[in-house]
Amino acid sequence: MASYIARRLLWTLLLLLVITAVTFLIFYVLPTADPAAQRAGRDPSPELITAIRHQLGLDKSLPAQYVDYTKNLFLHFDFGQSFINNTSVRSLIFDRLPNTLFLVLGAAVVWFVIGVSIGIISAVRRGSFWDRLLMGGALVAISAPVYWMGLVCLYLFSNDIGVWHIFPGSGAYQDAHGFFAKCWSLVMPWLVLSAAFAAIYARLLRSNLLETMNEDYIRTARAKGLSERRVVLRHGVRSAITPVVTVLGLDIGILMGGAILTETVFNIDGVGRLSFDAIQRGDLATIQGTTIVLAAGVAIMSLVVDILYAFLDPRVRY
Amino acid sequence: MSEPLLEVKDLAVHFETEDGVVQAVDGISYTVERGKTLGIVGESGSGKSVSSMTVMGLTRAGNARISGSITFEGRDLLNASDADMRKVRGGEVAMIFQDPLSSLHPFYKIGDQLIEAHRSHNDVSKAKARDRAVEMLGLVGLPDPRRRIDSYPHEFSGGMRQRVMIAMALINDPKLLIADEPTTALDVTVQAQILELIQKLQAELDTAVVMITHDLGVVAEVTEEIAVMYAGRIVEYGKSDTIFAAPEHPYTWGLLKSIPRLDTPRDQELVPIFGRPPSLINKPSGCSFHPRCPYVREAHKKVDPALEPAGDADRTHKVACLLPSETRRSLWAGLRAGDTPAEVLQEVEIPAEKLSPSAEGPTGEEVAGQ
Repeated sequence: MASYIARRLLWTLLLLLVITAVTFLIFYVLPTADPAAQRAGRDPSPELITAIRHQLGLDKSLPAQYVDYTKNLFLHFDFGQSFINNTSVRSLIFDRLPNTLFLVLGAAVVWFVIGVSIGIISAVRRGSFWDRLLMGGALVAISAPVYWMGLVCLYLFSNDIGVWHIFPGSGAYQDAHGFFAKCWSLVMPWLVLSAAFAAIYARLLRSNLLETMNEDYIRTARAKGLSERRVVLRHGVRSAITPVVTVLGLDIGILMGGAILTETVFNIDGVGRLSFDAIQRGDLATIQGTTIVLAAGVAIMSLVVDILYAFLDPRVRY
Repeated sequence: MSEPLLEVKDLAVHFETEDGVVQAVDGISYTVERGKTLGIVGESGSGKSVSSMTVMGLTRAGNARISGSITFEGRDLLNASDADMRKVRGGEVAMIFQDPLSSLHPFYKIGDQLIEAHRSHNDVSKAKARDRAVEMLGLVGLPDPRRRIDSYPHEFSGGMRQRVMIAMALINDPKLLIADEPTTALDVTVQAQILELIQKLQAELDTAVVMITHDLGVVAEVTEEIAVMYAGRIVEYGKSDTIFAAPEHPYTWGLLKSIPRLDTPRDQELVPIFGRPPSLINKPSGCSFHPRCPYVREAHKKVDPALEPAGDADRTHKVACLLPSETRRSLWAGLRAGDTPAEVLQEVEIPAEKLSPSAEGPTGEEVAGQ
């Protein structure tokens, strides 16, 4: 196992190198505003622009720039400078990462619990009214766009502008202080972000569980005289849940790059919001930075999930 | 003579499906005495597994219609509540299944699975349950049980896993063990070991056993009585010695003649039973076996034989066949001597009119006159 982890870490590192290279190349090739011109102020003279370009290292060859960038990134966690915000990209990202994590991890708990519960109920009561209702509802939740759901929730439930004043609305997260206040301000964002995931997990678990309940070892469990609840939960769900846990890890990894739509609708200052603004303003360094954070999140979570799988399924050997 | 341990009377299990009603078990009766072994023999689709699963209460799903009676130590199992059945299942009546490779949960250690089986019927501490599990693993011949109890199922071979299943079934000292094709998925040498193990444990623990199999070789060794099932019915029933020496149903003859034997001449061909098991939704009219019986007569296609005494030395010997007794015995004598069914048919004349008592009655008389 230890040698497996070591090997996977090295591969992950290699993967990140490749991703940064590809990202770098894409952004280098993109036609966009010359950062030097942006920095130079009004009516810059060509000499001024050239001087600034030299200062920023933009006149070096592509490979040289790439080497500089990569060295800074991997050795110093230096993502470069955002010329639009005039701060280091690292500070921009790392200031916002906790907010994104708070949003994403909280939502993950919510969607996992709701999705798994609904999946179990639907599978056990297969074909019943509840099953049809829940799976139909799941379809709606998957189909509805996140931003639409967010806006509808704000319209209906926001305690400042909504029809019924229940939950804190857009922007409330920024003003909230203390752990519980922050949690309360995130209730609607969590529910909105979780909806589609919970629905997908419910459907996934339902079909896995239905298959699992036909396995021979379930028949053995019943023949032992165990209660049906124990058979379903400890024998059935225990087997059916492994692919769901795998998907959970990857979804969290992807969302580490920011839940753009949710953060924008609810005005949460997270990495998603940052990348959205950066894209709109053409802030290349920041876009590069958030892309790399997203890629790193996925790569690392994929490793975590693979290792977790070995603990969940003892037949898996590395 | 004390009452039998298990008494099944006129058990019928029908499944309502989209394609029609599947008559999986169509009125069977048998008894199992304390400490004795009953063999239930039949092809796939004969209803042998369904009948045992029903005894355990494992067929109580929505679309099953169950009728008849199942009595265990005088208690009604068929109408027992789910809670009562759970106490019986795994406690007083235990079952082992055909495929040991998939019958154990792959994610839990075997020790944990054994402990769960024990603690769900006995209020004991984990430590005590663990000791009991180790004891059982030793009893079934698993080497180094104290260490291997923490292994996962995939770390064992098929034969070992079946031993673990047996240990799990016997951990609560059940009075009845139902073994549903326990050796079918195993190699021949392992088969012998498992059968020997079951016999040994049966003797030591005084457990009654119902051995379900399609393999006559298996029942010859371990059973005292045999029920031969076909298309959801018992077509022949009797002591094992009788069934092997003086069988009276053409299906049983077919089964016996299709076993390769060491003591017959090499050039003697095996005689398979032609055709395939019938659909349980649209069963053949009259005698269910008639489409495949070499000795069929017109009347057999219209009259359904009942299981009735064969009238020989063995009082328990019953058979469901419309042929008269003497005819059957002559046929078997020919078959046993090595003739094929075709040859035997030429030698023995089957009277069309005279049918066995079950065919008597209004329908019987009309048909007999043809």
